[in-house]
Order: sequence, then C-alpha cells, then structure tokens
Amino acid sequence: MYETITYRVENGVAWLTLNRPDKLNAFTSQMNKEIQKAIKTSAGSDEVRAIIITGEGRAFCSGQDLSDLDDSMNLGQLLRENYGPMMQQIASCEKPIIAAVNGVAAGAGFSLALACDFRLVSEKASFINAFVNIGLIPDSGNLYYLSRIVGHAKALELSLLGEKVTASEAKHIGIATKVISVEAWDEELKAFAENLANKPTKAIGLIKRYLEASYHLSLEEYLKEEAEGQRIAGLTMDYAEGVAAFTEKRKAQFIGK
Amino acid sequence: MNALQFIETSIEDGIGYIFLNRPKQLNALNRKMVREIVTSMEAFDLDPQVKVILLTGNGKAFSAGADIDEMANDNPINLELTNQFADWDRISLVKKPVIGAVKSFVFGGGFELALSCDFLIAASDTQFSFPEVTLGVMPGAGGTQRLTKLVGKMKALEWILSAERINAKTALQYGFINKIVAPELLMEESVDFARKIAKQPPLAVRLIKESVNKAVDLSLYEGMQFERKNFYILFASEDQKEGMKAFIEKRKPKFTGG
Repeated sequence: MYETITYRVENGVAWLTLNRPDKLNAFTSQMNKEIQKAIKTSAGSDEVRAIIITGEGRAFCSGQDLSDLDDSMNLGQLLRENYGPMMQQIASCEKPIIAAVNGVAAGAGFSLALACDFRLVSEKASFINAFVNIGLIPDSGNLYYLSRIVGHAKALELSLLGEKVTASEAKHIGIATKVISVEAWDEELKAFAENLANKPTKAIGLIKRYLEASYHLSLEEYLKEEAEGQRIAGLTMDYAEGVAAFTEKRKAQFIGK
Repeated sequence: MNALQFIETSIEDGIGYIFLNRPKQLNALNRKMVREIVTSMEAFDLDPQVKVILLTGNGKAFSAGADIDEMANDNPINLELTNQFADWDRISLVKKPVIGAVKSFVFGGGFELALSCDFLIAASDTQFSFPEVTLGVMPGAGGTQRLTKLVGKMKALEWILSAERINAKTALQYGFINKIVAPELLMEESVDFARKIAKQPPLAVRLIKESVNKAVDLSLYEGMQFERKNFYILFASEDQKEGMKAFIEKRKPKFTGG
C-alpha cells in the first residue's frame, strides 16, 4: 500500500515512518502523496487518536530529493501540486500530530516538523533551514509556522543564515517540545503519544481548530467562534465523562468522542 | 403526498424539513428526486402549519450534483420533450422562505439547488463548484443565471469556466451564502435561524420575499411601484394592526398570521 513510508496503528497511535533511509528520507512526489494519504487515513479512523511522524535510519527528513525533480515542472508547480496538498492535509487534521525528530530535519523536512503540533527531538537531531544555501526561500509553510513558533526575528535569523540548530538550541528557542536521550527515545516517544491518545480527542481537535482560527479573526469574531467551539465540546461524551469523573473523584476514561 | 423515494420530509415547530436522502450517492439529484423536492416545497407552501422551509442533505454532503448516468444518453429532442427544468422553475414560485443548510460537496445541480434557496447557511467544510464544463456541457438549471446575478459576471464566468472549487469563506466574501458555521452545528444553527424567521409575521415575510426577488429582474422604477403595492396590502393584515398597537403600548406583539 505504501512504498516510501511505513504506516501502522498501535494503542491508538498511528506511526507514520518516512522510509527512504539511504536517501536520508528525502521527499519524492510519491512520498508527498503517501504522507498525505496516511494523514487522511489517520484523520478518518476512529481507532487513531494521535499521530507520530518519524524517520527510519539516521535522519528525520533531508527535504526535497533533488534527483527526483521533474524537469517539466517549475518549483511553483512542485509546491502547488506536491507539498501544498500535503501541508493542507496536515493542517486540517484535527488529531494531535507529533514530529519525532530522530535525526537531521533539513529544508522541507524542517517544514514538516514545524507543521506538527509537537516536536520531540532526539539529542542527536538537528534542524537546518537550508533553503537559502541554494538560493531558495523556505517553503512548505515553513515561514508561516516558524515565525509563530520562534517569533519574527529568530525566524529571519534561521532563514537568512541557514545554519544548523542543535537539539538543545531548538529547545531553548521553543522549537523542541522536549529533548530526549538516545537511550530513552523509544520508550518516551511511546509514552508521550499514548498519553495524548488517551485524552479527549474531540476537544483536542477543537482546541487546534480555534487556536488556528484566532490568527485570522478579530476578537469579536473569535469570541463568537469560541462559543460555537465550546457548544460542540459540551456535546461530547468525553465532556460528560470528564465532569462525572471530577464529581466522583476518579480518573476520567476518555473515548475520544 | 405520494410515497417519497429520494427525500424525507417532516414538519416541526413551523419548519417544513426536506432532507435529500441518497447519502450513498452523495445526494446526487435525479429527475424523480427533483420532482419530489419541488412537490414537497409546494405542499409546504400551502400548509398553514409551515412558516419556513429548511432544505438539507442526509449524510456527508449536501449534493454532489446531478445523476450523470441518467443523462449520459440524452438527446436534444428528448430533453425538450421531457422539459425537466420546468420543475426547477416551480421552486422560484414558492412563496415561503426556503433556507438551505449546506455542507461538504455542493456541486453542479446541487449548487443550482442551493442557489434556488433564499438563505444559505454553510458548514465551514463546504465546497461549491460547477464541474459541468469538464463533462463537455454546462449548468442547465439556472447556474449561469443565478450565480451571475449574485456575484456579477467576472467571478461567475471564472468559476463556471474553470470548474474551480469555491470554499465557504470565499462564498461568504462574494455574498452568495449568509453564514458559515462549524460542521457539527450546521443543523442546530440552521434550525435556530429558521425559528427566528418562522416567528416573524408570515404575510410580511411573504411580501418581503416577493418584493426583494422582484428587484433582481425589474427596473428600479417598476420595483419601487411593486414594493409600494405590497406595503399597502400589509395594512389589510391583522398582524400590521397588532404589530403597531404593540409598539405603541410598549409590549411584544402577538402575531396570528392573519
């Protein structure tokens, strides 16, 4: 079903692993489409309540595979047809997405990590906004997400200088949610994702939706939307369970609906 | 009413509901289905229990368009003799307000059906499109006319020639929908809106709809004359007397529909 990635679901978590280790998991158009499809599948599956994107081998993702570039397509088309739809699919996914950055995340690989809701970063991983080093601009939503995560000045610095950012620096400027040692990697990743998968998934989706909406609305409009969002959350079974558990002084068992 | 095959209808609290009911086919419209929609609207129009009509679709989408299988082998002569679009003309003659609650795909004939409504409330995931050109044809149930009257020639031509999908935000920006709501709340919000309209004095609602629709076709002068006559007629209603009396007495009016 997939050739450039692997996809499995375990304990409510969808594991999407970029699987071109000999090419440092560089993007091909096929990989763009397979990621898009896997995210769509996860979003539509009741079984999935959290998604992990990670890389096989020593890299997370090294960006576009320059040998896969189609000569008939200009770079604008490449973005419109391959990356844009993939990034849109990720942005419209209302389940929590974790980038498990196991190694280098360069170029569009950095963008992919930025589009996720969390970045768990291996101590040996690094980020590099490499675009400027070959005379291009950061793409695949990179500037959009990066400036929101680290602020305007830092986003410009990383984008204009194109220098490597280590895991600890990434933590310091707010890119990394958490830096994890190589020994603890598998265990902590699993624990983080499964904890998320046991939370009220619908509410998480609504929080993602309305936080994003807030960037495009006036306060007045936002407050109206927020009321809609809370109305929807108030209709979920998880809300009923959350209130019941609170009253009964026990731990809530959320089902994600 | 004959047994309905492709839609479901019901009446509750002054609202006449029509649900397109071919969810597996994303509510693709066939001729019998359109006939059922129109016939049900006309029945609601004559039913004193119904103040406003609410049209929506069962399942994921409002309507992904016309049933292509049904028309693949049509020819001009059988189309002329079948005269299927005459049914669509009857929608325009419905006097009560028709609210469309749309979501997901609103394509082709589904888009034309939506544009036949007086109000459109759209879920935020709604996409409108006229894909007819990609099949070597064109909209035939009012698409080129209604969309153009709503948004002007430039955008209408662009959208109908490109078959481009129009998202809910763009639709709101160009003014061919009234409101965007979260998909989860489409029915709740639409029913809420329908209830508000259903509470207004029905004769005034009827004559306001008729007058506004005249503005689309008549010259300003003729439209003004028409408006004036409708204004005068309302002074023969009980609701006008009650409405103005209540205003003077500083209380809420109790409209009876008379």
